[in-house]
Amino acid sequence: MTVKSIIKTSEYHDSVSLMLVAKELVKFPGVQDASVVMGTESNKALLEQSGLLTKEIKTATPNDLMISVKTDGNPDEALAEAEKLLNKKAAAGDALEFRPKTIRSAMKTLPDANICIISIAGRYAAEEAWEALFAGMHVLLFSDNVSKEDELALKKYGRDHGLLVMGPGAGTAILNGVALAFANVIPAGPVGIVSAAGTGLQETSTLLAKNGIGITQGIGTGGGDVKKEIGGIMYIEGLKALQADPATKVILMVSKLPDEEVEKTLLEQVAKSSKPTVICLIGGKTRSDKVPANVTVVSTLEEGALVAAKLAGAKMGDIKAKIASETREAAALAKQLKATLKPGQKQLRALFSGGTLCYESEVIWRDNFDMEIYSNAPLDKHFKMKDSTRSEGNVAVDLGEEEFTVGRPHPMIDNDLRMRRILQEAADPSVAVIMLDVVIGYGAHPDPATELTKAIRKAMALAKAAKRELIFVASVTGTEQDPQGLTRTTEILQAAGVHVMKSNAMASRLAGFIVA
Amino acid sequence: MAERKIQDLFGKPIEVVNMGLATMVEPLKAQNVPVADVDWRPPKDGIKHLRFLKNGRSIDEANEEAVARIKKARPVLIGMGLAKDVIPGYKPNLFLHAGPPITWERMCGPVKGAVMGALIYEDMAKDEAEAEKIAASGKIEFAPCHHYHTVGPMAGVVSPHMPVFIIENKAFGNKAYCTINEGLGKVLRFGGMGPDVYAKLKWLQTDLYPILDAAIRSLPNGIDIKALIAQALHMGDECHNRNRAATSLFLRAIAPALARTSKDNESLAKVIEFIDKNDHFFLNLSMPAGKAAVEPAEGIEGSSIVTVMARNGTDFGIRISCMPDRWFTAPAGMVQGLYFPGFSEKDANPDIGDSTVTETAGYGGFAMAAAPAIVQFVGGTPQDAIATTLEMYEITFSEHEGFTIPVLNFRGTPLGIDIRKVMETGILPKINTGIAHKNPGVGGIGAGILRAPEKAFRDAFDAFSQLCK
Repeated sequence: MTVKSIIKTSEYHDSVSLMLVAKELVKFPGVQDASVVMGTESNKALLEQSGLLTKEIKTATPNDLMISVKTDGNPDEALAEAEKLLNKKAAAGDALEFRPKTIRSAMKTLPDANICIISIAGRYAAEEAWEALFAGMHVLLFSDNVSKEDELALKKYGRDHGLLVMGPGAGTAILNGVALAFANVIPAGPVGIVSAAGTGLQETSTLLAKNGIGITQGIGTGGGDVKKEIGGIMYIEGLKALQADPATKVILMVSKLPDEEVEKTLLEQVAKSSKPTVICLIGGKTRSDKVPANVTVVSTLEEGALVAAKLAGAKMGDIKAKIASETREAAALAKQLKATLKPGQKQLRALFSGGTLCYESEVIWRDNFDMEIYSNAPLDKHFKMKDSTRSEGNVAVDLGEEEFTVGRPHPMIDNDLRMRRILQEAADPSVAVIMLDVVIGYGAHPDPATELTKAIRKAMALAKAAKRELIFVASVTGTEQDPQGLTRTTEILQAAGVHVMKSNAMASRLAGFIVA
Repeated sequence: MAERKIQDLFGKPIEVVNMGLATMVEPLKAQNVPVADVDWRPPKDGIKHLRFLKNGRSIDEANEEAVARIKKARPVLIGMGLAKDVIPGYKPNLFLHAGPPITWERMCGPVKGAVMGALIYEDMAKDEAEAEKIAASGKIEFAPCHHYHTVGPMAGVVSPHMPVFIIENKAFGNKAYCTINEGLGKVLRFGGMGPDVYAKLKWLQTDLYPILDAAIRSLPNGIDIKALIAQALHMGDECHNRNRAATSLFLRAIAPALARTSKDNESLAKVIEFIDKNDHFFLNLSMPAGKAAVEPAEGIEGSSIVTVMARNGTDFGIRISCMPDRWFTAPAGMVQGLYFPGFSEKDANPDIGDSTVTETAGYGGFAMAAAPAIVQFVGGTPQDAIATTLEMYEITFSEHEGFTIPVLNFRGTPLGIDIRKVMETGILPKINTGIAHKNPGVGGIGAGILRAPEKAFRDAFDAFSQLCK
C-alpha cells in the first residue's frame, strides 16, 4: 500500500465537482482511498485523519488543489487518472457557453437577474453578497461562516433598499413559485411563509401541499436571523412584504424560539396587519401575554401547517382533534410493531438530514414522551452526545451538522453517510427503531428512497440473521410535483418495509410509542 | 425612482445569478429559470472589493466619468510637423522613448540602438561609437513619450527632427503625437541601425512628410481616425497587431487630397507605394488616436481606470486615472510568439513599446474577436480570439459603443481597464505585440502575445487601497 500525492497550484474547483472526481477515483483499480480537495487547513486535518496527508502536500495553500491516493497499484497511474477526471470536467464546461467570472459580468449577460444564490466559501461570501446587493439583486446566501458583523451590515442595507438577504446558512426559498436551492414544488395558493429554519420551510410548505393548499412565497431567512445580534431584520422585512402582498391571505411564520426581544418586535409587526397569522415556535411557547387576536401560536411544524391550511380554506375539522386521532392510530400501530421486538430492543436511533426536522422530533419526544434523547444538536446541552459518530441510548443525530459536512456533500445530496450509519445502528442489538427523514424536491438527491432502501434492506437482513426484527419509520418531505415524486418515493420505502408517516411529527410519535 | 420594496419582486419572472455550487444550477434550468452561472475563483490574498474613497466618493461614479470621457473622444488627424516644432515643451536635446522612465544604463538593446540611430539621424553623432558616448554622457535628456502627449511603437524613440502626426481630440481640444511607421524588419523602432535605416528616416522627413502634411492640411475637417478604427474593426483588424484594413481605409480617405496637393506624380507614387507596402502604417495613427482619447480621462479623483500602459523593454508600467503622475512598474515580460526565419525566443527582447495604448483605449488585443486572422501568431483558433475578448470584459469597467465587434453581435469592445477587477479576478490584460531583437541594431524578429505583469497592478491596487474606505 502506497500513499502518494501532488499539488496543483492555483487550481480552483468547487467542492462538489472535486467530490465527484474523488468518488470516481476510488473506483480506479487498486485505489483504496483518495482525496481531491483544496489545500485548506481543515482539509489537511481531514487528510491527516485518513492517512492521506503526505509531506509534499503539507505546503499547499488554500488556492492549491491537493490530490492524494492510497493504492495497492501504481500510484502514478492513479494520480494521472485523477488529472484525467479533472480535465474531463473542465472540458465539459468549456463546451458550454462562456461563463462570466464576476457578478458584474454575469449581470451583463442576464441584465434582469433579480436573485443571486451564493454558496462559495464563507470567508469570501460577504464580499460577493455586497456585489449582488449593489447590483440590485436579492440574495440567497447558502454559505455558512459569515461573520455576524457582515450579516448585520448586509441585512441593514437590504432592509434600507428593499432587498432580501436570506442567510447566511439559508438553504431554502420559494419565490414566485420557483424553488431555490433545497426546495419543493409547491402549487400557488394563499399562504405566505417566512421561515428562519430551512427544512422547517420545506416541511410546512409540503404539508400545506399535502392538504391541498398552495403558497404565495416561501422566504427563508436562515436560523441566525432571529438571534439577538441580528434582531430578526430580514424575518421582519419578509413578514412586512407578505403583509403588504395582496395575494397572501394567510401568513405562516416558522422559527425555533427566537430571542425574547426579537419575539416582541415580531409580535408588534404581526399586530400591524389583520391577516390571519400562524406563528410556529418550534418547541417553545410565546413569552408574550399580548398575542394579537389574528394570531395562533403553535409549537410543531405539523400543527403550524395544518392550522394555516385550515385558515386558507382547507376542509378539515378541529386541528388538535385531527392530530389526536392520528396519534391514536400511530399508538395502535406501535403496539403491533412492538410485539415483534426482542426484550432487549429498546432504543431509538433517528438519523436526520434536516436540522429543523431533528429539532422538531426532539421537541415531541421531550414534551409528549418524556424521553431522554441524546443528540449532536440537543435541546438541552446536558443531552449532548459525547461522540456524534457513536450512538448510546436514544439518539437523534443531525447528519447535516457541520461536523459531518466539512469536505463532504450534505446528506440530502449524498446518502452515503446515512447509509453507513444505518448499518452501524442495525448492528446494535439494543436498537428497536431507526427513524429517517426523507427530503425530496429540487436540490436533493435524485432518488434518495432507492439509495436508502439498499441500506435498509441490508440492515433488516443483518438483524434477521441475528434473529431480530428492526423497525424503520420515516416521513417524506415532498410533493407529487417534485422530480422524485411523493407517492413514488413513499412506495419505494414501503416496499422495503418502512413505515411511512404523513409528517415528521407523526413519524416521531410512532417511533416514540414504540420505545417509550 | 420610487423606493424599492421587497414585494416588488413578487409576480416578476425570477432570473438567477449563481455563484458557487454547480448543483444549484440544474434545478433552476429544470424549472426554466434563466441562470448566469459565475465561474468564481477565490480572490488573491488581501484583495477586497473597493467601492468608496475615504471621503465617500463612489469609485464607480468616478470610473463612469473616466470611460464617458474616453467614449466621447473624437481623435482627428489634423496635420504633421517636426517633433521640436509641434510637441509642447520640446527641447533640442530631448529624446523620447517608449514606456516608463528609464536611464541610459538600464535601457534595453533595442532602445539603446534606436537612441544611437536617432543621434546619427539628427547628425549629432557621426557613427555608432560616438552616438553611444553621447547618449551615455548625460547631455541627452531622456523622457517617456507619455510625458509629452506622445506615443511610440516598440522603442518609441522620438528625436527633434522626426516628423510626427498631430491628432486632435475634437471633443476636448487636447492633442497627441506619434512618429511615422517605418515598416517591419530592420527599422529604428525595433532598434535597427545602419545606412539603409537612416536613409529611410531621411526620406520620411524630406519626401513623405511634406506630401502627407500638405494633403492632410488641405482637408478642412482632417481625417477622422476614430471612424477609421471603427470600420477597420469590422474588416478584420484590431488596430494594434493588424492594421491592414485600416491602412487601406486611410489611403482611400487621403487619396483625393494627395492627388490635389501633390506637385510631383513620381514622388506621390513613391509615398503611396510605401504606405501600401506597410500594413502597419496605420498603427502610428491608431496609437496617438488612443492617446488623445484617453488623456482627458487622467486625473479624475477616485477613478481606478488605467490611463497609461506602456513598456520600455526593461520595465512595464501603468498609470491610473486618479494618480496621473505616478508610474507603477514591473519587469517587462517575455512574448510568446512566432519568429521570422533565423530567429528564436533566445534572441527576443522583453515586451516593449507604447502600443498598449490601443488596449488602454478599448481596441488592440481587447478587440481580438474582431481579428481572428492574427491568432495565427500564437497558433490559436478563431475561438481563442473570441475567448480573449470575452475574458477582457471581465477586467474592463465598460464597453465602447463606438467600437463594435460583429461576431459578438456588435457588442462594444471592452473599455477601461479597472485595476480593481484585474486584482479581483486575477485576469491580467492580454497584449498583442511585435518582438524586437535584444541586441541593438538588429530590429524586429517576430510578433506574439503575452499578459501584463501582475506586480504593476498589485502595486497600483495597494496604493489605490490607501485612498479607499
